[in-house]
Amino acid sequence: MPPSPLPFEEDIYELEQSLAVLEAAGPDAPNATELKRIRREILSLQKARFSNLQAWDTILVSRHPQRPQFLDYSGLIFEEFVELHGDRAFGDDRALRTGLARIGDFKVMLVGHHKGRNREERQQCFYGCAHPEGYRKALSKMQIAAKFGLPIVCLIDTPGAYPGIGAEQRGQSQLIATSILEMSQLPTPIVCVVIGEGGSGGALGIGVGDRVGMLQHAYYSVISPEGCAGILWKVATDETKPRAASALKLTANELLANKIIDEIIPEPIGGAHRNPREMGQSLKLCLIRWLRELTATPVETLLASRYDRYRSIGLFTEAVAAAE
Amino acid sequence: MSVGEQPKRGVPEGLWVRCPGCKVTVFKKDVQARQNVCPEPNCGHHFYTSARDRIAQLLDDASFEEWDAEVRPLDPLGFVDRIPYSKRLVEEQAKTGMFDAAVTGKGFIRGRGVVLGITDFAFMAGSMGSVVGEKLTRAVERATEHRLPLILVSGSGGGARMQEGIFSLMQMVKVSAALARYQKAGGLYLSILTNPTMGGVAASWAFQGDLTLAEPKAMIGFAGARTIKNTIRLELPEGFQTSEFLLKHGFVDRIVHRQDLRTEVARIIDYCQLKG
Repeated sequence: MPPSPLPFEEDIYELEQSLAVLEAAGPDAPNATELKRIRREILSLQKARFSNLQAWDTILVSRHPQRPQFLDYSGLIFEEFVELHGDRAFGDDRALRTGLARIGDFKVMLVGHHKGRNREERQQCFYGCAHPEGYRKALSKMQIAAKFGLPIVCLIDTPGAYPGIGAEQRGQSQLIATSILEMSQLPTPIVCVVIGEGGSGGALGIGVGDRVGMLQHAYYSVISPEGCAGILWKVATDETKPRAASALKLTANELLANKIIDEIIPEPIGGAHRNPREMGQSLKLCLIRWLRELTATPVETLLASRYDRYRSIGLFTEAVAAAE
Repeated sequence: MSVGEQPKRGVPEGLWVRCPGCKVTVFKKDVQARQNVCPEPNCGHHFYTSARDRIAQLLDDASFEEWDAEVRPLDPLGFVDRIPYSKRLVEEQAKTGMFDAAVTGKGFIRGRGVVLGITDFAFMAGSMGSVVGEKLTRAVERATEHRLPLILVSGSGGGARMQEGIFSLMQMVKVSAALARYQKAGGLYLSILTNPTMGGVAASWAFQGDLTLAEPKAMIGFAGARTIKNTIRLELPEGFQTSEFLLKHGFVDRIVHRQDLRTEVARIIDYCQLKG
C-alpha cells in the first residue's frame, strides 16, 4: 500500500492507485506496456518534484506520519539497542531515548528523539517534544559514554522542546543550557543527524557535535515556521507558514550552503518513508564513515576542532579601527 | 499584572510615568534617581534599564572600557518579513544608538576587576544574533585569558534572533563552548537575569552561571506564555515564569534588588576567587 500522499503529490498518488489496480489484475495482465509506462511516469514525476522541493514542502515531508523514526532506525541499522531509562531525578521521558547500541564495528551511546508511530505512542512521546528530564537523561548517558570511551550518535527529530507548565517548573532552559555546554567539551566523538524535524533549542539540546548532518528532506530551524509566521504576520495561515519557511532558510541545502552542517544524506526517491530500509543503509554508511574518521582523531584535536567548528559561525562586519 | 507592560495612554509624556507595578503615576526623576526602580513604598517595581545605565549602576565611575564596539550586524539570510531585516536593523540602530543588542567590556566593581556583558531589551528585544554571540564569546575568551570574573546580564526577551535563523541558534553553542572553557579554567561566571530572559538566551548562557541571580519579578523562561497556553489550553498559574517562580523551583540562587546588585556581586567575587 502506498503511503498517504503529501499535498504536492496528489497526481503521483492517483497514478499509483491506477497502478495498484492494474497490478492486482495479475502478472500476465494484457496491458504490460501500460504498467511500464505508469511506473516510468511515477518515477519521473517523483524525481522532478523531490529534487526541487519548496521549503514548506520539505516541512511536510519531514513530518510525514510514516517517516522512519528513532525506533525504526535503532532496529534497522543498529545491531543492538539496550535502552537506558533513568534520569536520576524525575522520570523517564519517552520523547528522548538513550541506550547502548552497536553499529558496524562500533559500540556507541545512541541518543535521539522519538515522536511515536501510532496515536498511543505519540501521546506518550508528546510528539517528540522532550521535557527537562529527557535532557537530563541524555546528558547523563552521554557522560557515561565519555567515561567509557564510547562515541555518541544523536538522531534529532523534534518540533521543539515541550512548552508546558511542568517543563518550565522543572527547568527546561536550565537543562538544555547545561546539555549544550557539556556537549561542547565531552571528550568523545559526537555525531548528530537531523532525521526529520530539527526544532530549535529542543534539537540543539542533543545537537552539539563533531559532525552534524541532515537527511535530505529534514529541516533545522531556530523557530518553527508556524511560530515565526505567528510572530511576524500575527497569524499562522496557509499563506504565511510557507513564507516563513522560505525566509528561515531551513532546508538541508541551505544549511549546507551556509556551512552549518557538514553533509546531506540523500533520501530515497519520494522521501525516506517510501523506503526506510534504503534510507537506513545510507544513514548507516554515513555514520560509520564519520565514526571511523573521528575515532582515529586524538581527543585534544577533536575538542579543539569542535570548538572551532562553532566558534566560526556567525556573520557580522567590523570596521577597521584607526589605531590599535 | 504583566511585568513588561507599557504605561497607559493618557499619561503625559516626559515628566511622569505610570508604574505598571503599583499603577501609581510617579515622578520620572524619582524613578531615575532610584536606578529605574519605582519609588512608591511597598512597590519597588523594576523598570527597564538600558545597557548604558546598567553599566553606570554596576561599575565604579568611569571604569568601563568597552570592547568590540565596532562589531555590526549583517543580514545573513536576506530575511524579509513585513520589512527587510537590513532595514529593521537601521531603524533599531537609529532608535537605540547601538549597532546591536549587546555591550561588552571590562571595568571595576568596588575596585574588583570584572568582565561585563549586557544584552539590552531595547534593541530587537535583546535577541541574540551573530553580533551578540560574537561579542559575548570574545568577552568570555578574554575573561579566560585575563583570569577575570565574568558577569553577564541578560535582558533578552527575544531569545535567539529569528531574523538570522540558524545562525542565531548556533550562537547558543558558540557562547556556551567559550563558557565551558572559562569555567574549566576556574573562572567565576555570575549570570544576572533581568526582565525579560527567554528562549534561546535562557536555554544557553543565561542558565550556565556558576551562580545565578535575578532581579525581582523578571519574566524568565524557555517557551513564551502564549505558546504554552496554545499548547496546553489551560490558564497559567499566577506568577508563572517569574524570578520568584524560578527561585521556588530551584533554578535561581538569589533574587537581588537592583540597588543591592553592586554590593552582592562584589561580595560573591570576594568569596569565589580564582585558585592558583
